[in-house]
Amino acid sequence: MNTNLNISNSEYDDLISQKAQKSPILRNVIAAFIVGGLICVLGQFINNKMLNLGIDKETASTITSISLIFLAALLTSLNLFSRIGRFAGTGATVPITGFSNSIVAPAIEYKSEGYILGLGANMFKVAGPVLVYGISTSVILGFVYYLLNYVF
Amino acid sequence: MDILLNYGTVFLTGGIICSIGQILVDKTKLSPARILTLFVTLGVIFTFLGIYEPIVEFGKCGATVPISGFGYSLFKGTVKAINERGFIGIFTGGITATAGGVAAAIVFGFLASLFAKPTIK
Repeated sequence: MNTNLNISNSEYDDLISQKAQKSPILRNVIAAFIVGGLICVLGQFINNKMLNLGIDKETASTITSISLIFLAALLTSLNLFSRIGRFAGTGATVPITGFSNSIVAPAIEYKSEGYILGLGANMFKVAGPVLVYGISTSVILGFVYYLLNYVF
Repeated sequence: MDILLNYGTVFLTGGIICSIGQILVDKTKLSPARILTLFVTLGVIFTFLGIYEPIVEFGKCGATVPISGFGYSLFKGTVKAINERGFIGIFTGGITATAGGVAAAIVFGFLASLFAKPTIK
């Protein structure tokens, strides 16, 4: 398809960034703030309920994580999570719900390519890097902590 | 009143952490996958530096529910295991502390894929 744009590359870049600028950052940030904040409040609510039942702190926070992960997995399978994600951006993806969605969504999408190389291999497309860098950093800094506290 | 105040700091902290992510997405065009990786890594580093613990004390789930809190759990678990079991704790602590969430996400993902229909891309 021919276009009638007789402009240089840099002019074209300007035009693109002008058009792209229309994405309203303030609106996105406010939506992320509210939804992200509310997901954390829901987590706190579950956590408090567990503590009130006399469950210890660590178990309570694990149950909180699992509950939010379950909820996100459920919303993902009902195809509702992507809608919340479109509205709230990182407000939905930065909380642990996003971690859950990043595993559950490809599991559903890639099932058609087979259980091993489709579902099994693609589940960690996003969660994989999170685990690789999170765990590596914590082991390396754990080693530093060990040196500082038990060797020197 | 006390309860309201507690949830307020949770909302504020969680909201701010998610907003930082959104600003990065909008301003730098970093993909959400990179944001998650960045946040979990920073969560570990800030916990190591002793910066994240005060944020958790203030914001509670507002700081632990975002993925940076996953990094916090990883390193906190590592420290706990080192103090209890010595050198081997460097390797066992992080995953032990976060095992519940990771196992849950994997098995829920697997189960969901059995029942849910893929969306047409």
